[in-house]
Amino acid sequence: MHDPNWEPRIVAFFCNWCTYTAADLAGVSRLKYAPNVRIVRLMCSGRVDPQFILAALAGGADGVLIGGCHIGDCHYAEGNLKTLRRFRLLKRLLAGFGLEEPRVRLEWISAAEGDKVRCVINEMVEQLRPLGPLAWGQRHGAQGWQAASAAITPEAEAAHA
Amino acid sequence: MPKPKVAIYWCASCGGCEEAVVDLAEDILGILDAVDIVFWPVAMDFKKSDVAALPDQALFATLLNGAIRTSDQEEMARLLRRKSRHLVAYGACASLGGVPGLANQFSREQLLRFAYDEAPTLGADRKTRPALETRHNGHPLVLPELDETVRSLDQVVEVDYYLPGCPPTPKLTQAALLALLSDNPPPRGSVLAPDIALCDECPRKASKPQDLSFSEFKRPHQMMIDAEKCLLAQGLVCCGPATRGGCGAQCIGGNMPCTGCFGPTSRVRDQGAKILSSLCANVAAKDETAIQRTLDGIPDPLGTFYRYALPRSILRRSGYAAAETTPK
Repeated sequence: MHDPNWEPRIVAFFCNWCTYTAADLAGVSRLKYAPNVRIVRLMCSGRVDPQFILAALAGGADGVLIGGCHIGDCHYAEGNLKTLRRFRLLKRLLAGFGLEEPRVRLEWISAAEGDKVRCVINEMVEQLRPLGPLAWGQRHGAQGWQAASAAITPEAEAAHA
Repeated sequence: MPKPKVAIYWCASCGGCEEAVVDLAEDILGILDAVDIVFWPVAMDFKKSDVAALPDQALFATLLNGAIRTSDQEEMARLLRRKSRHLVAYGACASLGGVPGLANQFSREQLLRFAYDEAPTLGADRKTRPALETRHNGHPLVLPELDETVRSLDQVVEVDYYLPGCPPTPKLTQAALLALLSDNPPPRGSVLAPDIALCDECPRKASKPQDLSFSEFKRPHQMMIDAEKCLLAQGLVCCGPATRGGCGAQCIGGNMPCTGCFGPTSRVRDQGAKILSSLCANVAAKDETAIQRTLDGIPDPLGTFYRYALPRSILRRSGYAAAETTPK
């Protein structure tokens, strides 16, 4: 089993105009929420390239949270619609990769909804806890790619020869 | 002065890359004026021991096609790396993992179980699995071991050049060999094809709308395809916007959408994520139900977007294979 001291690590991509401002509001309102989230501020949730999500998951995150303005309220008119469309198909793609459903989540949180930031983050942490660490790169034992990439160094090559 | 020595080898591949070399046709004579082919199992009778007997770095270049998915392929990749000054990942499988890389959706145990126990074929009821070692008439016989994960060549050994394509075109192959032989070879690590998306060289470029908009995704067998108009504008999943050009848009010429075999350009890390991003953003629907209905037109996103590049993608393989490993 995994380390008993393990805590879920969430990478969150929040849009500048709504969700990040809501997180700010949660802060100035002194709302307490789980400290398991690392927030990346982007100008729009539409800026979240699916590559960012995959890179976070492959790089050690246990979950990814995307926050944007409510549909119809996007500062750039339709950025969040693009996010929604990408997210729908990305979820299906990630299921094909064997990723559990709660690990990637999209929420619309307006600048006034500081309390929603608190609720969503707390809830997501509790959903990730029973799933355990994602540890994507370490899943495949000696045949895993970490081991494979290590073999590319000249020393390892010489040892193999 | 002796001519530079060249080797051509295959790993997990279909033979199409060998065919691409043969497709050089009479141009191969010009290449043979410049180099000696000293190892090419599909066409010439040299053995592994002949390569092993060469001094290290004795080969000017090796064109290696196919992904790496067995112990003997890994051994040959390491041997040829040691013997070659330039190792070229030749074709989509060596560069990106290719179609064999789609096996990374499953664990080795799932693959073996299907192929030897469950597939409807003669002898499946015997449930015989390949043994790594066996004896036949007193002689020991060994088979290579299947890896858990399919890898691109550069995930096993250092690669100097990449020649993308399924298969690479004869034109690019010839240009690559001439470039390597020239006094001014391309920088190591180069992909020997143009670094711009296929749309740029597409003959239908002019008919690509400024604002693409998909009200539904269609598959080639479901429609009569207009032979002049941009395939994306017709609602087909064409991977051209996220795929490197250089192929001469041959599939488009055959009135079929691009499936992505040239891999991503240098600015993109994950080809599948980028195709997904581009297509989805241009879906016309604005409410959840309609968006879902449009996206249902892509039944297999993983197989469609990562047809050639799953092992080279950010996630590389399905994540839950470890729970399903073959007992040793």
